Amino acid sequence: MAGQYLPVLLLVIIASFTVGLILLLNALLGPKAKQRNDFPSKYTPFECGSDMLEDNNKRVSIRFYLIALLFILFDLEGILLYPWAVVARSIGTVAYIEILIFIFFLAVAFIYAWRRNALEWR
Amino acid sequence: MESTFFGINTVTFITNLVIAGGIFGFMFTMGAVMSWSERKQSAQLQDRIGANRAGIPLPGGKSLKVWGFINNIADAIKCLVKEDFKPRAYDLFMYNLAIFFAFIPAVISVAVIPFAGEVHLAELFQSWYLKWIPGLPEYFATNLPNYVFRVQVANLNVGLLFVFAVGSISVFGAILAGWSSNNKFSMMGALRACSQMISYEVAMGLALLGIIFIYQTVDVWSLVQGQRELAFGWLPKWGIVLQPFAFFLFIASAVAENKRMPFDLPEAESEIISGYYTEYSAFKMLMFMFAEFIEICFVAIMITTLFFGGYSVPYLMADGFHWPWGAFTAVSHGNVVLLELGSFLTKVFFFCFLLQQARWSLPRFRYDQLMRLGWKYLLPLALLNLVVTVIIVALGGF
Repeated sequence: MAGQYLPVLLLVIIASFTVGLILLLNALLGPKAKQRNDFPSKYTPFECGSDMLEDNNKRVSIRFYLIALLFILFDLEGILLYPWAVVARSIGTVAYIEILIFIFFLAVAFIYAWRRNALEWR
Repeated sequence: MESTFFGINTVTFITNLVIAGGIFGFMFTMGAVMSWSERKQSAQLQDRIGANRAGIPLPGGKSLKVWGFINNIADAIKCLVKEDFKPRAYDLFMYNLAIFFAFIPAVISVAVIPFAGEVHLAELFQSWYLKWIPGLPEYFATNLPNYVFRVQVANLNVGLLFVFAVGSISVFGAILAGWSSNNKFSMMGALRACSQMISYEVAMGLALLGIIFIYQTVDVWSLVQGQRELAFGWLPKWGIVLQPFAFFLFIASAVAENKRMPFDLPEAESEIISGYYTEYSAFKMLMFMFAEFIEICFVAIMITTLFFGGYSVPYLMADGFHWPWGAFTAVSHGNVVLLELGSFLTKVFFFCFLLQQARWSLPRFRYDQLMRLGWKYLLPLALLNLVVTVIIVALGGF
């Protein structure tokens, strides 16, 4: 069973080795940086050439958190549908009716979120 | 024959290694080819000449340019010999780790995709293009007369779920890069990328439910086998035939998931420089670009596998063409493998071309439009697609 995943591990090893090798080559072949204090502006965060106007730790819009919460809800419901979709046709009518009821409840939750403006981006 | 390596048959291990290496090489090459075709194709669309300067000097005063492809090699070499710049990042370890998280998921999600059908090793070496190799055909005919393998890195029964699971990991690449860079443009790009990717992942997952429901499997190999069957005796049961609507939902959400034009808000150059990899330079930046091109190639591979029959050629079985009017054309095993591989690559190249063409034809969305499209249109439409599919199947369709 675990042997099935061995080729995937091989692929991961090949890929990480390639990335690591390229980054190492880049570090070895490229010109070495001068003293850190030689060019102070070189090490400031890139901001279109001007000096930094404000701190980087800006507060983040709450919408992003809401999207993440909605994602967890709908992704869980989606993952519940996968095993059903695999076996549904071998079970038959009962499975179809059950899933239509499930999707009905999903739709109710979705419409609720929509009506409460959870899906608006402002 | 009985020798084992880490508990696995040595022949199987070597086959796995060759296929894994070959498919990795293919994806890596596709990354390079796509970055070239992106430049050249955009130039053609915008009536420019495009990359055509760099060339390898040939004797006789000419130089080998290959329609600008040498430019890309020159770019790669140039990026390799640039300074390995370390910005004043929050966390240099995370800063470097993000490159791995962005690149590796793009490559390993291809592990479950079959590139061609079952290959009979001994018979393959009897074909016209391999039998000239001295010794090997005789060796395989005597030692491994019945060895059959699939041109697929791993035959996992979780198939599509593996693709989704690995696809979710690339979110970490974006968010780590943005957070560790200590730059507000990077952070904004990372947040945009993250919320866009997870939003469209829901729509993408739901769009594919109809496909899984019809073929009754998430195993990619069986999905392709299901698409080789014929409806009415002549029409291949490809995903596009049975689930035409899901195809459009999938292509829209998959392109958005990969942050490509019309949906490239995370990298909107005119707003936030280049998004979450603003602070990366030299080959590190190139790795992110590479990962993006490989992901585009992977979207083309997914479209091919799920909606256009994967490697299958219509009417081609293991022994030859079974035409719908009853005729039969025998094809040797070596040629069947070539045809299947060729059919797969042709479809993939076509969809790579289509996705790049879309990039240079469409304007960018605004962020609220992007979120509205994902949540208010694609998600309900994907659910509706599933409901309609269930009703049609329940009424005796397909």
